[in-house]
Amino acid sequence: MNTPLSHEGIKNLKLGDTVYLSGTIFIARDEAHLRALKFYEESKELPVDFNGGVIFHCGPIVRKEDKKILAAGPTTSARMNSMEPKFIELSGIKGIIGKGGMSKDTVEAMKKFGCVYFAFTGGAAVLAAKGLENVKDVFWLDLGMPEALWVVEANDFGPLVVAIDAYGNSIYDEVSKNVGKNIIDSKRILGLE
Amino acid sequence: MYPTVAPWGEIIENNVIEDTVVSLLKEAVTSLPKDVLFALKEAEKKERSEIARTQLRTILDNIDAADRLTVPMCQDTGIHVFFVSGRITPDLEEHIRAGTLRATNEIPLRPNAVHPLTRENPGTNVAEGLPHVVFHPSSVDYTEITVMPKGAGSENMTALAMLTPSQGVKGVKKFILDTVVSAAGKPCPPTILGIGIGGTADEAMALSKKALLRPLDQKNADSSVAELESDLYEALNLTGIGPMGLGGDTTTLGVNIEIAYCHTASLPVAVNLQCWAGRRATARIYPNGRVEYLTRGGSE
Repeated sequence: MNTPLSHEGIKNLKLGDTVYLSGTIFIARDEAHLRALKFYEESKELPVDFNGGVIFHCGPIVRKEDKKILAAGPTTSARMNSMEPKFIELSGIKGIIGKGGMSKDTVEAMKKFGCVYFAFTGGAAVLAAKGLENVKDVFWLDLGMPEALWVVEANDFGPLVVAIDAYGNSIYDEVSKNVGKNIIDSKRILGLE
Repeated sequence: MYPTVAPWGEIIENNVIEDTVVSLLKEAVTSLPKDVLFALKEAEKKERSEIARTQLRTILDNIDAADRLTVPMCQDTGIHVFFVSGRITPDLEEHIRAGTLRATNEIPLRPNAVHPLTRENPGTNVAEGLPHVVFHPSSVDYTEITVMPKGAGSENMTALAMLTPSQGVKGVKKFILDTVVSAAGKPCPPTILGIGIGGTADEAMALSKKALLRPLDQKNADSSVAELESDLYEALNLTGIGPMGLGGDTTTLGVNIEIAYCHTASLPVAVNLQCWAGRRATARIYPNGRVEYLTRGGSE
Protein backbone atom coordinates (compact mmCIF):
# COMPACT_ATOMS: atom_id res chain seq x y z
CA MET A 1 0.00 0.00 0.00
CA ASN A 2 1.03 3.57 -0.55
CA THR A 3 0.85 6.43 1.90
CA PRO A 4 -1.04 8.65 2.52
CA LEU A 5 -3.78 6.12 3.22
CA SER A 6 -7.34 6.72 2.11
CA HIS A 7 -10.40 6.15 4.24
CA GLU A 8 -11.62 3.52 1.75
CA GLY A 9 -8.21 1.85 1.67
CA ILE A 10 -8.09 1.20 5.40
CA LYS A 11 -11.74 0.13 5.56
CA ASN A 12 -10.78 -2.85 3.39
CA LEU A 13 -8.05 -4.04 5.73
CA LYS A 14 -8.91 -7.08 7.83
CA LEU A 15 -7.29 -8.37 11.02
CA GLY A 16 -4.29 -10.52 10.19
CA ASP A 17 -3.72 -9.04 6.72
CA THR A 18 -0.04 -8.62 5.81
CA VAL A 19 0.83 -5.22 4.37
CA TYR A 20 3.98 -3.58 2.97
CA LEU A 21 3.99 0.23 2.98
CA SER A 22 5.66 2.63 0.59
CA GLY A 23 5.69 6.40 0.72
CA THR A 24 6.14 8.93 3.49
CA ILE A 25 6.09 7.66 7.09
CA PHE A 26 6.50 9.77 10.22
CA ILE A 27 8.59 8.35 13.05
CA ALA A 28 7.13 9.70 16.28
CA ARG A 29 7.22 8.39 19.84
CA ASP A 30 6.66 9.84 23.32
CA GLU A 31 8.12 13.34 23.07
CA ALA A 32 7.03 14.01 19.48
CA HIS A 33 3.45 13.16 20.49
CA LEU A 34 3.64 15.54 23.44
CA ARG A 35 4.97 18.38 21.32
CA ALA A 36 2.50 17.85 18.49
CA LEU A 37 -0.37 17.96 20.97
CA LYS A 38 1.05 21.17 22.44
CA PHE A 39 1.20 22.70 18.95
CA TYR A 40 -2.45 21.79 18.35
CA GLU A 41 -3.41 23.20 21.72
CA GLU A 42 -1.66 26.49 20.98
CA SER A 43 -2.95 26.53 17.37
CA LYS A 44 0.64 26.64 16.12
CA GLU A 45 1.42 25.39 12.63
CA LEU A 46 2.99 21.93 12.56
CA PRO A 47 6.09 21.33 10.44
CA VAL A 48 4.41 18.42 8.61
CA ASP A 49 0.95 17.51 7.35
CA PHE A 50 -0.11 14.37 9.19
CA ASN A 51 -3.47 14.09 7.42
CA GLY A 52 -3.90 10.57 5.99
CA GLY A 53 -0.39 9.78 7.20
CA VAL A 54 1.16 6.86 9.01
CA ILE A 55 3.22 7.20 12.17
CA PHE A 56 5.77 4.67 13.43
CA HIS A 57 6.40 4.25 17.17
CA CYS A 58 10.16 3.97 17.04
CA GLY A 59 13.38 5.45 18.39
CA PRO A 60 15.79 4.99 15.50
CA ILE A 61 19.58 4.87 15.50
CA VAL A 62 20.49 7.35 12.76
CA ARG A 63 24.04 7.84 11.51
CA LYS A 64 24.82 11.51 12.06
CA GLU A 65 27.02 12.08 8.98
CA ASP A 66 24.54 11.06 6.28
CA LYS A 67 21.28 10.64 8.24
CA LYS A 68 21.10 6.99 7.25
CA ILE A 69 18.82 4.92 9.48
CA LEU A 70 20.84 2.01 10.90
CA ALA A 71 18.34 0.36 13.25
CA ALA A 72 14.67 1.11 13.63
CA GLY A 73 12.67 -1.57 15.43
CA PRO A 74 9.28 -0.70 16.89
CA THR A 75 8.98 0.48 20.47
CA THR A 76 6.15 -0.43 22.89
CA SER A 77 3.07 1.43 21.67
CA ALA A 78 1.32 1.29 25.06
CA ARG A 79 3.47 4.21 26.26
CA MET A 80 1.58 6.46 23.82
CA ASN A 81 -1.86 5.33 25.08
CA SER A 82 -2.60 8.50 27.04
CA MET A 83 -1.84 10.76 24.06
CA GLU A 84 -2.91 8.77 21.03
CA PRO A 85 -6.71 9.26 21.03
CA LYS A 86 -6.30 13.05 20.97
CA PHE A 87 -3.49 12.79 18.43
CA ILE A 88 -5.58 10.61 16.09
CA GLU A 89 -8.46 13.10 16.33
CA LEU A 90 -6.39 16.23 15.72
CA SER A 91 -3.80 14.94 13.25
CA GLY A 92 -6.00 12.87 10.94
CA ILE A 93 -3.50 10.01 10.78
CA LYS A 94 -4.86 6.83 9.24
CA GLY A 95 -2.22 4.35 10.36
CA ILE A 96 -0.02 3.55 13.35
CA ILE A 97 2.91 1.12 13.29
CA GLY A 98 4.19 -0.28 16.57
CA LYS A 99 4.37 -3.31 18.79
CA GLY A 100 2.17 -4.71 21.53
CA GLY A 101 -1.12 -2.97 20.63
CA MET A 102 -2.91 -0.08 22.30
CA SER A 103 -5.56 0.72 24.91
CA LYS A 104 -9.32 0.50 24.59
CA ASP A 105 -9.57 4.31 24.40
CA THR A 106 -7.15 4.38 21.50
CA VAL A 107 -8.98 1.57 19.71
CA GLU A 108 -12.21 3.56 20.15
CA ALA A 109 -10.58 6.67 18.64
CA MET A 110 -9.30 4.57 15.74
CA LYS A 111 -12.80 3.33 15.10
CA LYS A 112 -14.35 6.80 15.40
CA PHE A 113 -11.87 8.69 13.20
CA GLY A 114 -10.74 5.87 10.91
CA CYS A 115 -7.29 4.53 11.66
CA VAL A 116 -5.61 1.10 11.69
CA TYR A 117 -2.77 -0.35 13.78
CA PHE A 118 -0.01 -2.32 12.12
CA ALA A 119 2.19 -4.61 14.23
CA PHE A 120 5.82 -4.84 13.22
CA THR A 121 7.99 -7.61 14.66
CA GLY A 122 9.74 -6.45 17.84
CA GLY A 123 13.50 -6.38 17.54
CA ALA A 124 13.58 -6.71 13.75
CA ALA A 125 15.59 -3.52 13.58
CA VAL A 126 17.80 -4.36 10.60
CA LEU A 127 14.89 -5.27 8.33
CA ALA A 128 13.05 -2.14 9.45
CA ALA A 129 16.03 0.04 8.65
CA LYS A 130 16.25 -1.57 5.20
CA GLY A 131 12.68 -0.51 4.39
CA LEU A 132 13.15 3.01 5.75
CA GLU A 133 16.51 3.99 4.39
CA ASN A 134 15.91 7.51 3.19
CA VAL A 135 15.38 10.28 5.68
CA LYS A 136 13.54 13.11 3.91
CA ASP A 137 13.46 15.51 6.82
CA VAL A 138 13.76 15.77 10.56
CA PHE A 139 12.13 18.17 13.01
CA TRP A 140 12.43 18.73 16.75
CA LEU A 141 15.95 17.30 16.99
CA ASP A 142 16.25 19.17 20.28
CA LEU A 143 14.24 16.25 21.74
CA GLY A 144 17.16 13.92 20.96
CA MET A 145 17.71 11.43 18.15
CA PRO A 146 15.21 8.78 19.33
CA GLU A 147 12.50 11.31 20.23
CA ALA A 148 12.68 13.65 17.22
CA LEU A 149 10.07 13.70 14.44
CA TRP A 150 11.64 11.89 11.48
CA VAL A 151 10.09 12.02 8.01
CA VAL A 152 11.20 8.98 6.04
CA GLU A 153 10.52 7.48 2.64
CA ALA A 154 9.43 3.89 3.11
CA ASN A 155 10.12 1.33 0.44
CA ASP A 156 8.06 -1.85 0.88
CA PHE A 157 8.35 -1.51 4.63
CA GLY A 158 7.12 -4.68 6.30
CA PRO A 159 5.79 -7.27 6.77
CA LEU A 160 3.24 -5.38 8.83
CA VAL A 161 0.30 -7.25 10.32
CA VAL A 162 -3.07 -5.50 10.64
CA ALA A 163 -3.53 -6.00 14.39
CA ILE A 164 -6.32 -3.45 15.04
CA ASP A 165 -8.70 -2.63 12.18
CA ALA A 166 -10.79 0.48 11.52
CA TYR A 167 -13.87 -1.20 13.04
CA GLY A 168 -12.47 -1.56 16.55
CA ASN A 169 -11.45 -5.22 16.21
CA SER A 170 -8.15 -6.20 17.79
CA ILE A 171 -5.97 -9.28 17.44
CA TYR A 172 -4.71 -8.63 20.96
CA ASP A 173 -8.26 -8.94 22.34
CA GLU A 174 -8.78 -12.16 20.40
CA VAL A 175 -5.49 -13.62 21.63
CA SER A 176 -6.27 -12.62 25.19
CA LYS A 177 -9.65 -14.40 24.99
CA ASN A 178 -8.02 -17.51 23.51
CA VAL A 179 -5.33 -17.54 26.18
CA GLY A 180 -8.09 -17.44 28.80
CA LYS A 181 -9.49 -20.65 27.29
CA ASN A 182 -6.16 -22.35 26.53
CA ILE A 183 -4.88 -21.85 30.05
CA ILE A 184 -7.17 -24.66 31.18
CA ASP A 185 -5.06 -27.09 29.12
CA SER A 186 -1.84 -25.52 30.40
CA LYS A 187 -3.01 -25.99 33.97
CA ARG A 188 -4.01 -29.60 33.28
CA ILE A 189 -0.51 -30.43 32.06
CA LEU A 190 0.96 -28.82 35.16
CA GLY A 191 -1.44 -30.67 37.48
CA LEU A 192 -3.07 -27.44 38.64
CA GLU A 193 -6.83 -28.08 39.04
CA MET B 1 48.24 -8.65 21.06
CA TYR B 2 50.36 -11.12 23.03
CA PRO B 3 51.08 -10.91 26.71
CA THR B 4 54.40 -9.87 28.14
CA VAL B 5 55.93 -11.45 31.20
CA ALA B 6 56.90 -9.20 34.07
CA PRO B 7 60.36 -9.68 35.73
CA TRP B 8 58.67 -11.38 38.70
CA GLY B 9 57.07 -13.96 36.42
CA GLU B 10 53.51 -12.62 36.44
CA ILE B 11 51.88 -12.54 33.03
CA ILE B 12 50.62 -9.15 32.01
CA GLU B 13 47.76 -9.62 29.63
CA ASN B 14 47.91 -6.13 28.14
CA ASN B 15 44.78 -5.54 26.14
CA VAL B 16 43.89 -9.17 25.52
CA ILE B 17 40.94 -9.05 27.88
CA GLU B 18 39.78 -5.68 26.60
CA ASP B 19 40.07 -6.82 22.97
CA THR B 20 38.23 -10.05 23.77
CA VAL B 21 35.41 -8.12 25.45
CA VAL B 22 34.98 -5.94 22.34
CA SER B 23 34.94 -9.06 20.12
CA LEU B 24 32.46 -10.83 22.40
CA LEU B 25 30.08 -7.86 22.47
CA LYS B 26 30.25 -7.56 18.70
CA GLU B 27 29.57 -11.28 18.29
CA ALA B 28 26.71 -11.18 20.81
CA VAL B 29 24.78 -8.26 19.32
CA THR B 30 25.21 -9.26 15.68
CA SER B 31 24.65 -13.04 15.78
CA LEU B 32 22.78 -15.56 17.90
CA PRO B 33 24.19 -18.72 19.50
CA LYS B 34 23.52 -21.89 17.47
CA ASP B 35 21.06 -23.37 19.97
CA VAL B 36 18.81 -20.27 19.93
CA LEU B 37 18.91 -20.04 16.14
CA PHE B 38 18.08 -23.73 15.87
CA ALA B 39 15.13 -23.35 18.27
CA LEU B 40 13.74 -20.43 16.22
CA LYS B 41 14.06 -22.42 12.98
CA GLU B 42 12.37 -25.47 14.50
CA ALA B 43 9.59 -23.25 15.84
CA GLU B 44 8.96 -21.82 12.37
CA LYS B 45 8.63 -25.37 10.96
CA LYS B 46 6.14 -26.46 13.61
CA GLU B 47 4.09 -23.25 13.88
CA ARG B 48 0.50 -23.60 12.61
CA SER B 49 -0.60 -19.95 12.74
CA GLU B 50 0.16 -18.00 9.57
CA ILE B 51 0.60 -14.69 11.42
CA ALA B 52 3.00 -16.39 13.83
CA ARG B 53 4.97 -17.93 10.97
CA THR B 54 5.32 -14.46 9.43
CA GLN B 55 6.70 -13.15 12.74
CA LEU B 56 9.20 -16.01 13.02
CA ARG B 57 10.24 -15.64 9.37
CA THR B 58 10.77 -11.89 9.93
CA ILE B 59 12.87 -12.64 13.02
CA LEU B 60 14.99 -15.18 11.09
CA ASP B 61 15.41 -12.83 8.09
CA ASN B 62 16.43 -10.06 10.48
CA ILE B 63 19.00 -12.30 12.21
CA ASP B 64 20.38 -13.26 8.82
CA ALA B 65 20.66 -9.62 7.71
CA ALA B 66 22.33 -8.57 10.98
CA ASP B 67 24.85 -11.39 10.68
CA ARG B 68 25.60 -10.60 7.03
CA LEU B 69 25.99 -6.84 7.57
CA THR B 70 27.61 -7.24 11.02
CA VAL B 71 25.18 -4.76 12.58
CA PRO B 72 23.17 -5.16 15.81
CA MET B 73 20.11 -7.36 15.25
CA CYS B 74 18.00 -5.19 17.59
CA GLN B 75 18.26 -1.46 18.31
CA ASP B 76 18.11 -2.32 22.02
CA THR B 77 21.64 -3.58 22.48
CA GLY B 78 20.85 -3.95 26.17
CA ILE B 79 22.82 -3.43 29.29
CA HIS B 80 25.73 -5.79 29.67
CA VAL B 81 25.99 -8.66 32.10
CA PHE B 82 29.34 -10.47 32.26
CA PHE B 83 29.91 -13.88 33.83
CA VAL B 84 33.56 -14.48 34.52
CA SER B 85 34.89 -17.80 35.76
CA GLY B 86 38.23 -19.58 36.23
CA ARG B 87 41.34 -17.52 36.77
CA ILE B 88 40.46 -14.09 38.09
CA THR B 89 43.09 -11.36 37.97
CA PRO B 90 42.78 -8.23 40.12
CA ASP B 91 42.27 -5.76 37.26
CA LEU B 92 39.90 -7.96 35.26
CA GLU B 93 36.85 -5.80 35.91
CA GLU B 94 38.71 -2.66 34.81
CA HIS B 95 39.54 -4.33 31.49
CA ILE B 96 35.91 -5.39 31.06
CA ARG B 97 34.76 -1.83 31.66
CA ALA B 98 37.33 -0.48 29.19
CA GLY B 99 36.24 -3.07 26.60
CA THR B 100 32.56 -2.18 27.06
CA LEU B 101 33.29 1.51 26.56
CA ARG B 102 35.28 0.78 23.40
CA ALA B 103 32.56 -1.53 22.06
CA THR B 104 29.93 1.16 22.69
CA ASN B 105 31.83 3.55 20.44
CA GLU B 106 33.21 1.10 17.89
CA ILE B 107 30.27 -1.21 17.08
CA PRO B 108 28.35 1.11 18.01
CA LEU B 109 26.05 0.00 20.84
CA ARG B 110 23.11 2.16 21.91
CA PRO B 111 24.11 4.04 25.06
CA ASN B 112 21.47 2.61 27.39
CA ALA B 113 22.95 3.15 30.84
CA VAL B 114 21.34 6.04 32.74
CA HIS B 115 21.29 7.22 36.36
CA PRO B 116 18.27 5.51 37.96
CA LEU B 117 16.87 8.71 39.48
CA THR B 118 18.07 11.65 37.39
CA ARG B 119 18.00 9.55 34.15
CA GLU B 120 21.19 11.33 33.11
CA ASN B 121 22.95 9.36 30.35
CA PRO B 122 26.76 9.44 30.29
CA GLY B 123 26.61 7.93 26.78
CA THR B 124 29.18 5.25 27.58
CA ASN B 125 27.31 2.20 28.99
CA VAL B 126 29.92 2.30 31.76
CA ALA B 127 28.93 3.80 35.10
CA GLU B 128 28.39 2.87 38.74
CA GLY B 129 27.28 -0.79 38.80
CA LEU B 130 27.35 -1.23 35.02
CA PRO B 131 28.40 -3.34 33.28
CA HIS B 132 27.28 -5.92 35.80
CA VAL B 133 30.07 -8.46 36.37
CA VAL B 134 29.54 -11.78 38.16
CA PHE B 135 32.66 -13.69 39.25
CA HIS B 136 33.01 -17.44 39.81
CA PRO B 137 36.70 -18.08 40.55
CA SER B 138 38.12 -21.60 40.14
CA SER B 139 41.56 -23.18 39.93
CA VAL B 140 41.75 -23.69 36.14
CA ASP B 141 44.49 -21.78 34.32
CA TYR B 142 42.19 -19.93 31.89
CA THR B 143 39.68 -17.11 32.28
CA GLU B 144 36.25 -17.73 30.76
CA ILE B 145 34.13 -14.69 29.93
CA THR B 146 30.50 -14.76 28.81
CA VAL B 147 28.65 -11.60 27.91
CA MET B 148 24.87 -11.39 27.89
CA PRO B 149 23.43 -8.14 26.50
CA LYS B 150 20.00 -7.84 28.13
CA GLY B 151 17.27 -5.66 26.61
CA ALA B 152 14.72 -3.87 28.76
CA GLY B 153 11.54 -5.18 27.15
CA SER B 154 12.11 -8.65 28.54
CA GLU B 155 14.04 -7.66 31.68
CA ASN B 156 11.12 -5.43 32.76
CA MET B 157 8.90 -8.52 32.94
CA THR B 158 11.08 -10.13 35.64
CA ALA B 159 9.18 -11.44 38.66
CA LEU B 160 10.08 -12.74 42.11
CA ALA B 161 7.77 -14.54 44.51
CA MET B 162 8.54 -15.53 48.09
CA LEU B 163 6.11 -18.45 48.28
CA THR B 164 5.30 -20.36 51.41
CA PRO B 165 6.53 -23.96 51.55
CA SER B 166 2.89 -25.14 51.70
CA GLN B 167 2.29 -23.69 48.23
CA GLY B 168 4.87 -26.20 47.03
CA VAL B 169 5.61 -27.21 43.44
CA LYS B 170 2.05 -26.29 42.40
CA GLY B 171 2.61 -22.76 43.68
CA VAL B 172 5.87 -22.57 41.72
CA LYS B 173 4.19 -23.70 38.49
CA LYS B 174 1.24 -21.34 38.95
CA PHE B 175 3.52 -18.36 39.57
CA ILE B 176 5.56 -19.08 36.42
CA LEU B 177 2.43 -19.55 34.30
CA ASP B 178 0.86 -16.34 35.64
CA THR B 179 4.07 -14.40 34.99
CA VAL B 180 4.22 -15.48 31.35
CA VAL B 181 0.49 -14.90 30.74
CA SER B 182 0.51 -11.41 32.24
CA ALA B 183 3.68 -10.50 30.30
CA ALA B 184 1.87 -11.57 27.08
CA GLY B 185 3.54 -9.92 24.04
CA LYS B 186 5.56 -7.36 26.02
CA PRO B 187 8.84 -9.32 26.41
CA CYS B 188 8.98 -9.94 22.60
CA PRO B 189 8.14 -13.66 22.57
CA PRO B 190 9.07 -16.34 21.77
CA THR B 191 10.96 -15.97 25.02
CA ILE B 192 13.47 -18.08 26.90
CA LEU B 193 12.65 -18.53 30.58
CA GLY B 194 15.39 -18.41 33.17
CA ILE B 195 14.07 -19.64 36.49
CA GLY B 196 15.73 -19.73 39.88
CA ILE B 197 14.10 -21.75 42.64
CA GLY B 198 15.39 -21.68 46.20
CA GLY B 199 18.24 -19.87 47.92
CA THR B 200 17.69 -16.39 49.30
CA ALA B 201 15.68 -13.84 47.31
CA ASP B 202 18.79 -12.43 45.66
CA GLU B 203 20.23 -15.89 45.06
CA ALA B 204 17.01 -16.99 43.31
CA MET B 205 17.24 -13.91 41.06
CA ALA B 206 20.91 -14.59 40.31
CA LEU B 207 20.10 -18.22 39.48
CA SER B 208 17.31 -17.15 37.12
CA LYS B 209 19.79 -15.12 35.10
CA LYS B 210 22.47 -17.82 35.28
CA ALA B 211 19.87 -20.29 33.96
CA LEU B 212 19.72 -18.26 30.74
CA LEU B 213 23.37 -19.12 30.08
CA ARG B 214 22.57 -22.80 29.60
CA PRO B 215 22.12 -23.75 25.90
CA LEU B 216 18.55 -24.72 24.99
CA ASP B 217 19.56 -28.26 24.06
CA GLN B 218 20.75 -29.03 27.60
CA LYS B 219 18.36 -30.03 30.33
CA ASN B 220 19.00 -29.69 34.05
CA ALA B 221 21.11 -32.65 35.23
CA ASP B 222 18.60 -33.41 37.98
CA SER B 223 15.84 -35.45 36.27
CA SER B 224 13.02 -34.10 38.44
CA VAL B 225 14.03 -30.52 37.59
CA ALA B 226 14.39 -31.50 33.92
CA GLU B 227 10.84 -32.87 34.01
CA LEU B 228 9.56 -29.59 35.44
CA GLU B 229 11.34 -27.77 32.59
CA SER B 230 9.64 -30.00 29.99
CA ASP B 231 6.19 -29.69 31.56
CA LEU B 232 6.45 -25.91 31.75
CA TYR B 233 7.70 -25.72 28.16
CA GLU B 234 4.71 -27.70 26.95
CA ALA B 235 2.18 -25.85 29.11
CA LEU B 236 3.44 -22.37 28.19
CA ASN B 237 3.36 -23.12 24.48
CA LEU B 238 -0.28 -24.20 24.82
CA THR B 239 -1.30 -20.73 26.05
CA GLY B 240 -1.48 -19.42 22.47
CA ILE B 241 0.22 -16.10 23.27
CA GLY B 242 2.50 -16.70 20.31
CA PRO B 243 5.30 -14.65 18.74
CA MET B 244 4.93 -10.95 19.66
CA GLY B 245 1.68 -11.78 21.46
CA LEU B 246 -0.13 -12.03 18.10
CA GLY B 247 -1.21 -15.63 18.79
CA GLY B 248 0.34 -18.97 17.82
CA ASP B 249 2.00 -22.14 19.03
CA THR B 250 5.37 -20.57 19.83
CA THR B 251 5.38 -18.67 23.11
CA THR B 252 8.64 -19.96 24.57
CA LEU B 253 11.79 -21.47 23.05
CA GLY B 254 12.94 -23.07 26.25
CA VAL B 255 12.64 -23.24 30.03
CA ASN B 256 15.86 -23.43 32.05
CA ILE B 257 15.66 -23.94 35.80
CA GLU B 258 18.45 -23.72 38.35
CA ILE B 259 17.89 -24.59 41.98
CA ALA B 260 19.50 -23.99 45.35
CA TYR B 261 18.61 -25.27 48.80
CA CYS B 262 16.62 -22.74 50.79
CA HIS B 263 15.40 -22.02 54.32
CA THR B 264 12.88 -24.55 55.62
CA ALA B 265 10.35 -21.69 55.95
CA SER B 266 10.98 -20.25 52.43
CA LEU B 267 10.27 -21.02 48.80
CA PRO B 268 11.70 -18.25 46.60
CA VAL B 269 10.96 -18.38 42.84
CA ALA B 270 12.48 -15.95 40.36
CA VAL B 271 11.58 -15.67 36.67
CA ASN B 272 13.89 -13.80 34.32
CA LEU B 273 12.54 -13.53 30.79
CA GLN B 274 14.73 -13.33 27.72
CA CYS B 275 13.33 -12.05 24.40
CA TRP B 276 13.84 -14.08 21.20
CA ALA B 277 17.22 -12.37 20.82
CA GLY B 278 18.87 -14.72 23.33
CA ARG B 279 22.24 -13.08 22.89
CA ARG B 280 25.33 -14.45 24.60
CA ALA B 281 28.95 -15.00 23.60
CA THR B 282 31.72 -16.86 25.41
CA ALA B 283 35.50 -16.95 25.13
CA ARG B 284 38.39 -18.49 27.06
CA ILE B 285 41.58 -16.57 27.54
CA TYR B 286 44.68 -18.69 28.24
CA PRO B 287 47.79 -17.49 30.07
CA ASN B 288 49.79 -17.50 26.81
CA GLY B 289 47.34 -14.97 25.38
CA ARG B 290 45.47 -17.42 23.14
CA VAL B 291 41.76 -16.70 22.96
CA GLU B 292 39.30 -19.45 22.19
CA TYR B 293 35.84 -18.31 21.07
CA LEU B 294 33.44 -21.00 22.27
CA THR B 295 30.10 -19.79 20.94
CA ARG B 296 31.32 -19.12 17.39
CA GLY B 297 34.20 -21.63 17.32
CA GLY B 298 37.82 -20.89 16.48
CA SER B 299 40.61 -19.07 18.28
CA GLU B 300 42.87 -16.09 17.86
